[in-house]
Amino acid sequence: MLKIWSMKKQQQAENAEGAAASGGKKKKVTAAQLRVQKDLSELSLGSTMKVDFPDPNDILNFTLSIEPDEGMYRDGRFTFTFAINQNFPHDPPKVQCQQKIYHPNIDLEGKVCLNILREDWKPVLNLNAVIVGLQFLFLEPNASDPLNKEAADDLRNHKEAFRQNVRTAMAGGMVHGQSFDRVLK
Amino acid sequence: MTSHSQYRPTSQARTTGFPKYLDNVRTKKGPFTDPAVELGPPAIEQMEKMKILVIGAGGLGCELLKNLALSGFKDIHVIDMDTIDISNLNRQFLFRKSDVGKSKAEVAARFVEKRVRGVKITPHNSRIQDFPDDFYRSFQIVVSGLDSIEARRWINAKLIDLLDEDNPQSLIPLIDGGTEGFKGQSRVILPTITSCIECQLDMHAPRAAVPLCTLASIPRQPEHCIEWAHIIAWEREKPYPNLDKDDPNHITWLYQRALERGQEFGIGGITYQLTQGVVKNIIPAIASTNAIIAASCCNEALKIATNTASFLGAGEANYMMYSGNDSIYTYTFLHEQKPDCPVCGQQTKELTDVDANWTLREFLEWLGVHPAAQLKNASVRAEGKTLYMRAPKMLEEQTRGNLDLMLGHGLAVLSNGSAGGGDGKKVDADGDHDGAAAVRIAGLGLESGTEIAVTDEAFPGQQFQFILRFK
Repeated sequence: MLKIWSMKKQQQAENAEGAAASGGKKKKVTAAQLRVQKDLSELSLGSTMKVDFPDPNDILNFTLSIEPDEGMYRDGRFTFTFAINQNFPHDPPKVQCQQKIYHPNIDLEGKVCLNILREDWKPVLNLNAVIVGLQFLFLEPNASDPLNKEAADDLRNHKEAFRQNVRTAMAGGMVHGQSFDRVLK
Repeated sequence: MTSHSQYRPTSQARTTGFPKYLDNVRTKKGPFTDPAVELGPPAIEQMEKMKILVIGAGGLGCELLKNLALSGFKDIHVIDMDTIDISNLNRQFLFRKSDVGKSKAEVAARFVEKRVRGVKITPHNSRIQDFPDDFYRSFQIVVSGLDSIEARRWINAKLIDLLDEDNPQSLIPLIDGGTEGFKGQSRVILPTITSCIECQLDMHAPRAAVPLCTLASIPRQPEHCIEWAHIIAWEREKPYPNLDKDDPNHITWLYQRALERGQEFGIGGITYQLTQGVVKNIIPAIASTNAIIAASCCNEALKIATNTASFLGAGEANYMMYSGNDSIYTYTFLHEQKPDCPVCGQQTKELTDVDANWTLREFLEWLGVHPAAQLKNASVRAEGKTLYMRAPKMLEEQTRGNLDLMLGHGLAVLSNGSAGGGDGKKVDADGDHDGAAAVRIAGLGLESGTEIAVTDEAFPGQQFQFILRFK
């Protein structure tokens, strides 16, 4: 055991700056928080997106609102909850849409089908990548990866009807017997 | 290597009936023994006094306990929060059918104690997070045979946190074993000397996830149906408030949903066992892989404890990977420490001469000109506390108010400005210096020794950590 200590001393001698010398350390910032802080300070949100923190001391839980200014979902306001666990960035953030919306890649409970939130998540990806991905879903809904199958079928086969349905649903109307949340600004 | 005539019996340890070969290793220098090391009875005695902690009494843990006891460790503790399941019995050989439902740690400890004379094994049927620092401080070596990355990261961070630069006893090596099917690894972490589990996080391949859309629309495999029941149907129907993966009723519910889904899409092969496996993310465990990895971990412990040969972490390597998929392949290499590792990184600088009565604004100005920091646009957080973030906008607005608070616990300032530390200019909130009333300036409650994390837009992608030392 003493051998290990002598290795430690040798290492300290080699890098003369050494580590913190005096007094104890208190409460280290957790790795997940460090990474989220870094990601947040590098966020580029643009004018159509905004983040909200119910508790500013808890940066692992927040909401993102997206207000698309183009595409079929323009003039809507969609909010997503982000829940990040202590295993971040090893685990992806958990993201859920708070409104019931008509979208081929978002189901009626708000679950999102975005590859980088599940199978393609890698620790090198950051929150910005997720946010850009979410924004992209509103600009380019994707019929080949459906989570809401009816919406995907509409998009694939009757694009104009799909566009109509999007507007109806966003206004809080009924589509295919389902009522949706009003999300117009 | 050594003939029997050269063997000299040493102390009374031999009377316990310990195999003699162990003393050959412990008393005679081999070609790879460090010449400076003294072997012999005092070293053996020292080893027998060592306290060693085994975390996990499962597949690896059973092997570890048996091996460590047979290697001459006398004071072993074992932690496991689990109870014995019938499915463990094929490889967790310290358990019998009559033990099902009992604590793994307790049954394993009793079994090994009974079989190996002279060993004391103390079981703990709890979570690793439930012990105070002094408990961990009392060990000289920690060996982990865990199945979760989270628990590994926890014990890794704990042992690194316990390191006190002035106390040799506080440096506790962590020997970590892990297996997955035919693959496994053993590695030694010497806190802050070698790379740690956090540095090596990228060595764990995340488990393959199935796209949610596949689950939702076009399941192809029985696993997809089970995941669908687990992720989508459960959330939608919530048959019980919380999913307990160990509750047979819950698993049965998922199994039946998965079965219906399988029938709908013409997918067979959904069984109760498979449902349990998918939901609990059970990885097929192979007894021999556990035996190989545990043997390697135990040998590292023996070498660290006795210095009879060079161990992982001491030289050009700290990580041994084993792959049994394609016959047998092992590769032992040096995983380098990450200088910016958030757990063991040596970049935490001390900021001394910080005044607890500075406001956060004053502190940030000081940080901008401090030679060791020079961060002019700092965003600052402490553990669980957002002090000031310049971005995103909302967070800036929410934390702006902190700028006028003192770093420490704040203080009451008397009207004549004589109260300790405070200078006149920040006497009270509304700016006048009128009456005799004392004004209380609120503090952020930081303490000397607090670590702060700083980002600065001038240094994208970088992060700085400092320890505050109050005057």
